[in-house]
Order: sequence, then structure tokens, then C-alpha cells
Amino acid sequence: MAIQNRDSFLDSLAANLGRPRRTQGIERPKWSVSPQFEVLNQASKDELIDVLKKQCEVIHTDFKRTDRTDLVKVLRETIEGYNGKVIVASSDSRNEEYGLDNFYKSAAEDFDVHLWDETMWKENQVFAERADVGITFSDITLAESGTVTLFNNKYNGRSISLMPRTYIAIIPKHTIVPRMTQATRQLHEAHISGNAVSSCVSFVTGPSNSADIEMNLIVGVHGPVEVTYIVVDD
Amino acid sequence: MSIKISNAPYNERVQEGVKNDFMRKAVASAQGRFRSGRQKQADELGNWEDWRTLGEEIRTHTLRNIDYYLEILSENVSKRGGNVFFAKTAEEANEYIQHIIKKKNAKKVVKSKSMVTEEIGLNDALAEVGAEVVESDLGEWILQLDEDLPSHIVTPALHKNKEQVRETFAVKKGYEQSDKPEELASFARQQLRQEFLAADVGITGCNFAVAESGAVTFVTNEGNARMVTTIPDTQISVMGMERIVPTWEELDILVSLLTRAAVGQKLTSYITSITGTRLEGESDGPEEYHLVIVDNGRSKILGTEFQSALHCIRCAACINVCPVYRHVGGHAYGSIYPGPIGAVITPLLDGYEDHKELPYASSLCGACTEVCPVKIPLHEQLIRHRQIIVERENKGNKMEKLAMKGFAKWASSPAAYKLSAAAARPALQPWSKNEMIKSGPGPLKGWTINRDFPAPAKQTFRSWYKNRQKGREV
Ligand code: SF4
Repeated sequence: MAIQNRDSFLDSLAANLGRPRRTQGIERPKWSVSPQFEVLNQASKDELIDVLKKQCEVIHTDFKRTDRTDLVKVLRETIEGYNGKVIVASSDSRNEEYGLDNFYKSAAEDFDVHLWDETMWKENQVFAERADVGITFSDITLAESGTVTLFNNKYNGRSISLMPRTYIAIIPKHTIVPRMTQATRQLHEAHISGNAVSSCVSFVTGPSNSADIEMNLIVGVHGPVEVTYIVVDD
Repeated sequence: MSIKISNAPYNERVQEGVKNDFMRKAVASAQGRFRSGRQKQADELGNWEDWRTLGEEIRTHTLRNIDYYLEILSENVSKRGGNVFFAKTAEEANEYIQHIIKKKNAKKVVKSKSMVTEEIGLNDALAEVGAEVVESDLGEWILQLDEDLPSHIVTPALHKNKEQVRETFAVKKGYEQSDKPEELASFARQQLRQEFLAADVGITGCNFAVAESGAVTFVTNEGNARMVTTIPDTQISVMGMERIVPTWEELDILVSLLTRAAVGQKLTSYITSITGTRLEGESDGPEEYHLVIVDNGRSKILGTEFQSALHCIRCAACINVCPVYRHVGGHAYGSIYPGPIGAVITPLLDGYEDHKELPYASSLCGACTEVCPVKIPLHEQLIRHRQIIVERENKGNKMEKLAMKGFAKWASSPAAYKLSAAAARPALQPWSKNEMIKSGPGPLKGWTINRDFPAPAKQTFRSWYKNRQKGREV
């Protein structure tokens, strides 16, 4: 696509910096310190889960832990706890692996379930907009901040974790890492090895909130009002 | 709006701020809360100083090679189907965006909070071509309904209380419920949801662009930037040219510094990185994407002694510790960028002429420099501004000129600079009485008439902090 006015713009930056324009050969220096790699670097997966659980209290998020056998039961309870009637979920390949596709099929009697469908185009959004619950898997989970990382694509729309009143993230235990450092390293390395990044990477940490009125914390503004994380032991 | 937000003389704005009792209390309490949040996060990390060092190194390297990184960024955005427009001036940026609006025949534009669009006065430009603009950040929406101006760069409606917000909603939008913040917010959610769904174009700012892959990142809590980048079919991101990192790995560091320093959170609720247009088969995200990279005076700062001012990541930590901001509030600065960073950057972007008092809106206590997550020597730069103003205009009185010589000495060597916060105190001594300044020279007078102005603390922040670390009560 079009790039306009670039040369004159960048030439003048170089001129202000008092040197010719740099167009290649710049390497990142080796930084003198790297404190980011020290955070939770000795922690086991189980210890990271404990960190995540504690952080969930700070970010107003319900934390649940289960295994594959009980996942469907815990998921159903969570949906019912949210008084959820209309559900939108990603059509993730992991649905099958974790037994969710059967659940979504059988749950059709109790709930109005919509799995993200690329052929339905904008109707996906319309559905997400009126949904009570959105459900996705976490791709990388950051223990320190209590964050689920979502690589949004045609199976996992951006709206699912955004527009419904509540949001449930299913967190396979192996996706848990200490902090954002590991996620961004993965993104960097994927880039180096030639994999194009998702059109949208969402780092989601609990429900939406605001402190814009008298600095009082209000939970639930434009995005979900309530959020649950379900950690699934592998 | 542009960077300058008031034509009232500086002294009047200061008077107004000082007289506004609610505002002063709100600012004081907000400062307290922001500060303890930031401090808690810094303490928890343990090695906050290393983080700051890393932040400074990254920003220094990036700005030194800004032409290189902007070129890579534009290539990558373009490869992913985005248009990139380099705008030298606010006018160029606005004209380009107006052109898109007209081409799309857009009637409604939703925006998420962005300082750079305020700076270039984009909303007026959009109105000129007949587009209705809806600000979707809660604080910005309140200000927009009330035709008021932002007073803080993170919580722009800080100066308004909830009764005022209720009143605004009632008058402008027929709101009938109470002034409970939750009810107010839920009303805003409903109203704005309709606006998002009806919008033709979404406009965002940009916290950091990742050069290596062309991702533009937004750091928010409310989720409005996600709505703006999910629903409308056309999306425009406007970025100040310095808001860029080399790779994803540096994004990690700067986002971590920003959220901790700004709001005391490990991460905000939403960090969202979007790259170009939506891909084949995707229902969410824009089919047409534009990235507008704005200079608007920034390049003039490159290669000067003020270059590090461009390292700013707009966290507002310096604002939250500033005793002058605490006293006079955001509007007194007459710039959309208030506080110490506003006092440094406004004269650089918009010239000394309209803003020559700003470098004096500081007690030189150095607290701003101490908290800045990317180690910008803010008060040193304020001293340099004063020097330049005095030299250029030759308007300073004899005493001021004498004082400036002293400032020059402090500023010229790093060792002396460390002492300058302490040295500022004796310089103000003649006017302080019982720790409160009763009257001061020049612009200081403006805020010492009605209120007693606290003298800079006896300890510098650094020594206070050291003592605190040792567990001593201070
Ligand atoms: S100058 Fe430093 S402390 Fe102030 S807003 Fe910018 S980054 Fe934050």
C-alpha cells in the first residue's frame, strides 16, 4: 500500500541529527541490564499458577482450576453463574482436544451457542454484541500480571473477548509463563523465522475498568464486566 | 484544539486553578493514589532502577536511529495492507485525514483517547468536513459533552466531580439515574456502544509501534481502543513520530514501565497490538487502515540538548509528583501537556513566545526527574529553558540573571546536576517563611497571592527515598 512523504520526512530527521540518513545496518545494542528475565525465573508451572491465582484477586477476576475431565462441568457452572443464555466462542482446534465441541453441541438445548464462523462475516459481530458470555482459549498466559494473550484470527474474532457482558478464558497449564517477556520473545522469534504476526494480538488482563470519575475504580466499562479464568491441568 | 489550550494570561490561569477548591483536592488525592500505586509496583520489582536504566537505553538508541526505525515500520505496515502517511505538520496530518473522511463519505467517527490528536486539533478538522466525532474514553466523553478541556494526560476529567458528571449526562443525554460512578459508567457504556456500532471510521492514537513487524499498540483499561479497532471498516492511527520501539522485546519493557509508572498496574486491562488490515476470512478489524506519523515540531528537538525529552512515554508520573501541578492543576499550564513534561515540551513544540512562563512552573525539587521511568532529566531541562529565555529575551532582572549563572553551572556537569535539586532550595529561601512561600518573584507570585505555596521539601526526593529505604521514618 501507499507510503507518502517518507523520504523528505526521514531526510530531514537525519539532517537534524547531523548525519546521513540511515537505511540499513542498525543493530540493537546489547543492553547493559536485563531485569525482565529475572522475574519468576526459578518458578515451576505450579508456582506460576499460584502467582496467577493471587494476581486474579488484584484484577477482579475469578480464578478456577480443574482438569480435562471436569472442564465441561466447571465451564457450565461458570456460564450459569453468569446467568448466561447466549454464548459466543472461538472455533478453535483445541475445542475438540478439550471436549468442548461436544459440550457446545449438547448445550444447544440450554443455551444459544454461536461458534465463530468465518463464512458468516459480520453476523459474528452481531452475535457477539448480544452475547452474555464469550469463551476463548489463552495462547500464552502471563502469571505476573494475570494476563491471557490471544492471537486473534478468523477462528478467534477480536469481539469474543470484548463485546459480551462476561468473558471466560480457558488456560491450558502449559501456556503459563512468568511474564510478558516470554510472550514478546515468542512474537519476536516467530517474526525472525518468517511467520507473519496475527492482525491483532490482545493481551487481556481481567475485566475492563476505568478510574475516570473521581478516581474511583469502576469495573466494567466498554468490555466485559466480569471475567473468569479456568486453568486446566494438562 | 491545539497544543495551546487557553488565551488567558498565565497568571489568570494560575489564579483560577488555585481558586478551584474541588479541583485542588481532587488533584492532591489523585496524586497521592497514583504515587502510592507507582511506588508499590516499583518496590515490588525490587530492581526498579535497572528497569529505568533499560528504558533509558532503549529510548536513547531508538531516537538516535529514528529515521531507520520509521522506515522499517512504514515498510511493514504497508506490506500488511496499511497506508502510511508522513506528516510534517499538524495541517498536513489533518488534511490527509479529512481527505479519507470525505472519500469514505463518513458521517460518524469514534475516537479513543489520544494526546497527539488533541495536539494537532484533529476534532476541529473533522468537524470542518462535516463528520461527527465521538470521544469514547469515559473521561474524554465527559469533557466532550461538557465542552471542557483535559487537565491530566491519564485521567483527563480529573477536575470534575461526580455531581458535575451526572448533571452533564442529564442535560446532554437525558440521564435520569444517580451520581454513583457505576451507574454513570454503565450509562456511558450503553450510549457509546451504539456509537461504536454506528461509526464509519475509527481513530486511535498509538502508544508504541513495533518497527520489526508493523504492529501498532494501544495501552488502555476501558477497552474503547479495542472497540475502535474492531468494529469500523476504516481505521486511522495517529502516532507521534517518536512512539516507536525496535522489536517486540522492547515493547515489553516500555509497556511494563508505562503501566507501572502511570497507574501502578503490572499491565493495564488491555494491551492491543494491531497490524495492518484484517486478514482474509476475518470479520473483525478494518478493511482499510491508515497510519499517520506526525512530526509537528518534534524533529526540531532532535540533535539538540533537549533530545531526551522525546524519550517521554506519557506516563504522567512526573505530573503526579509535582508540587506545582498539585497546587495549580492542569489547566494553568495552558497546554494539553501539563506538569513538568508539559513545561519542558510545550515551549519546544510551540515556541517560547506563548509559553515562556512554563519553565518557571516548577520548584526544581527534582521529584519529576527521580520518578521518570525513562530517566529524562526534567528539571535540568527546565533550568536550561530558563537560561535560554533569559538569554534570548534579556528580560530577566539582575537577580534572575545572577541566579541563571548559577543554574548554568549546575546544569553543565552531571555531578553538579545531582546537587541542583538541593541547590534550588537555598535559591528559594529568601521568599519562604515557615516552609510556605508567601510571595515569590515573577510568575511565582501568581500562585502565592491566594494560597501559601509549599516550599521545596528540605530533603531531596533522592535522599528522602534513601532514608526510607533504610527504614527511617521521615
Ligand atoms: S517525562 Fe517521564 S515521567 Fe513525565 S510523562 Fe514523560 S515518561 Fe512519564
